[in-house]
Amino acid sequence: MQDFSQSFLSALWLILSGDGDLWAIVILSLQVSLGAVVIAAAIGMPLGAWLAVSRPPGRRAIITVLNALMGLPPVVVGLALYLLLSRAGPLGPLELLYTPTAMIAAQAVLVTPIIAALSRSALEGLWDEYAEQLTSLGQSRLGAIPTLIRDGRAALITAALAGFGRAIAEVGAVLIVGGNINHATRVMTTTIALETSKGNLDLALALGSVLILIALLVNVAVSIVGRDGASPSGPSASGTGPQMAGAR
Amino acid sequence: MNAAVRHEALTPGGEAFRARLRVRGLRKSAGGVLRISIDELGLAPGGVTMVLGANGAGKSLLLRLLHGLVLPDEGTIAAPPGVQSMVFQRPVLLRRSVFANLDFALKIAGIGRAERHRSVRELLSRHGFGDRAGQPARSLSGGEQQRLAMIRALSVSPAILFLDEPSASLDPAATSSIEALIRSAARQGTKVVMVTHDPGQARRLGDEVLLLHRGRIAEQGPAAEFFAGPVSGAGRAYLDGSLYLDP
Amino acid sequence: MIKLIALCAGVSGALAAGLPAPLAAEPRAITVQSTTSTQNSGLFDGILPQFTQETGIPVRVVAVGTGQAIRNAANGDGDVLLVHAKPDEEAFVEAGFGLERRDVMYNDFVLVGPGDDSAGVRAAVDAPAALQAIAQAGAPFASRGDDSGTHKAERALWAAAGEEPGRAAQAWYRETGQGMGATLNIAAGMEAYALTDRATWIAFGNKGPLEIVFEGDPALFNQYGVILVNPERHPFVHAEEGQAFIDWLTGPRGQAAIAAFRANGEQVFFPNAG
Repeated sequence: MQDFSQSFLSALWLILSGDGDLWAIVILSLQVSLGAVVIAAAIGMPLGAWLAVSRPPGRRAIITVLNALMGLPPVVVGLALYLLLSRAGPLGPLELLYTPTAMIAAQAVLVTPIIAALSRSALEGLWDEYAEQLTSLGQSRLGAIPTLIRDGRAALITAALAGFGRAIAEVGAVLIVGGNINHATRVMTTTIALETSKGNLDLALALGSVLILIALLVNVAVSIVGRDGASPSGPSASGTGPQMAGAR
Repeated sequence: MNAAVRHEALTPGGEAFRARLRVRGLRKSAGGVLRISIDELGLAPGGVTMVLGANGAGKSLLLRLLHGLVLPDEGTIAAPPGVQSMVFQRPVLLRRSVFANLDFALKIAGIGRAERHRSVRELLSRHGFGDRAGQPARSLSGGEQQRLAMIRALSVSPAILFLDEPSASLDPAATSSIEALIRSAARQGTKVVMVTHDPGQARRLGDEVLLLHRGRIAEQGPAAEFFAGPVSGAGRAYLDGSLYLDP
Repeated sequence: MIKLIALCAGVSGALAAGLPAPLAAEPRAITVQSTTSTQNSGLFDGILPQFTQETGIPVRVVAVGTGQAIRNAANGDGDVLLVHAKPDEEAFVEAGFGLERRDVMYNDFVLVGPGDDSAGVRAAVDAPAALQAIAQAGAPFASRGDDSGTHKAERALWAAAGEEPGRAAQAWYRETGQGMGATLNIAAGMEAYALTDRATWIAFGNKGPLEIVFEGDPALFNQYGVILVNPERHPFVHAEEGQAFIDWLTGPRGQAAIAAFRANGEQVFFPNAG
């Protein structure tokens, strides 16, 4: 293990020096996981907001199931999706198995419950605070969903980042539906698994550190963008409209 | 809306502020306890009605029932035509700018973008917020936040304004600025229904007093008469500070 | 210039291998379901670029255990199957999932274990005797336990040794349920014996205290075969390109490429296409 720092530096150097293969892997990892998070957020956030504001029958059961699904085993998701997408499966003719699209779908399935459950719990607190005021102003429950999503954006960004963390670190599902095919579906985690199975533990660990570094950079980038994006927007654009300063 | 509740215009064609807010057979229970039980109630048209009573008498609940935030178990509430607004003890401002908070209310009221922006700018500068329009609303002081909530509630020119202890947590200066807004709203024809725990405030602002005791109306009448000599036992106990809710 | 030579070589190679006329349209990529040993040893990285350069056909390799590779191919999730479990491969063809099976190459299995060889495996006369020594000493043994080609070979050797480990809970016999590399990592970590194919072993980077303690018995022979997935069963199969790959692999160009491949400076696969 004394070679670790050296391996880490060489893995980092491969990235910084623009090693094509490694860069392609890093970029594919980001594409797949960010794509999955975007899809999961588009489904999970409105779902979470809806559960926060409405009282449909079986709401407690839905929330319990959602919370349980946060711990969905990636391998099971991968396997289920494999059976669907396999050429012998019902969606076989789409020829999606062993493609990045399949990997995005698998991670989106994993991440949607996380984003939905975290959104629900965050927006429920906000709804407790806003409910009477919004109703008094004449807004319906469903009409309140976009308001909650907009005003709860700080918490929702955190939910999305939690989902991203889960997606980018996940290996079981993308390995099965992606196949870890070189130059096609190989991402950071499957590369790490492959290098581990080759016994290149130092390189695997170094790639793992690079993965952590990338996840950290994404978090930093999102929190910077999130801080700017959290400032009120809209009417400020109009001529003499007020200047918008950064919000909390 | 509960089918039992009818918000109807009592005097179609008449002036809105001359209409009475009228209640019949209103019942509301919570946790197996009857919290509000009012057989008959009509509030004076226009002016400021002060809802008084001990803690737990049902004042806030009555306000929410009248405003439609809480649905009654039974009974009818007939309100004059027009928009209603409400301001709460703790101002609920959106996590947006001062400007956006007012803009939001007008947008829900269905006012078009250009007119909305013009009104918001006009309101903000009239009330001294002109230079802070872009500031996050929640960075204002507590008193300023409540004042903004008042301005937002009044921005839609409500027929009725419900106030639930709007100055309970404010200092004297902020309280008097809120009271000034209330007076000016009442002058412009908005019917104000306000809960307060401060008899001095009730004296200063009230035209009419409604004393609630255990969810029922203990006394109702002109404020001057109530403070000169309450007719009910509860009213006398309230004024000498010995009205409690017996267990 | 070099490209031109490569092209000429490619064409002549293709002719020699009896390739059909050049493929009509833009060649489609093929998916090969194969085993971890071929991938982890670096064989595919070593020979596939040459094939793609000569034919224009990109090859995508899914490397899993032989058992899983066969099941994936049976589902039609691949065009070509390249694994090492001859009876299973023949059953695969028999069941109509694949067309003809062809030998490609071989190498051998070796028994690796801790250098101090506490079970005395080095002294064994043949492979079954070596396993008997491990069982009698109760020395830790890491088994793939994953229905892979190597696992099947290991089970056959235990049967030949008259042992049936893993039937009851035995502390010394550990089924990892994982790939060859993961199993070797575990064996290195707990100083256990393990059966591995030589190619994976030579390329493996985390040998730790492990060494080859037994090798050379003909029973340790490890044959790889290649099969085209039956396009009548799975119409999606890129049969033309898949057949081109099989013809190349079993023809002189591919066989030469396999023979020339080195892992850590050693030849680890020996071409033997008929």
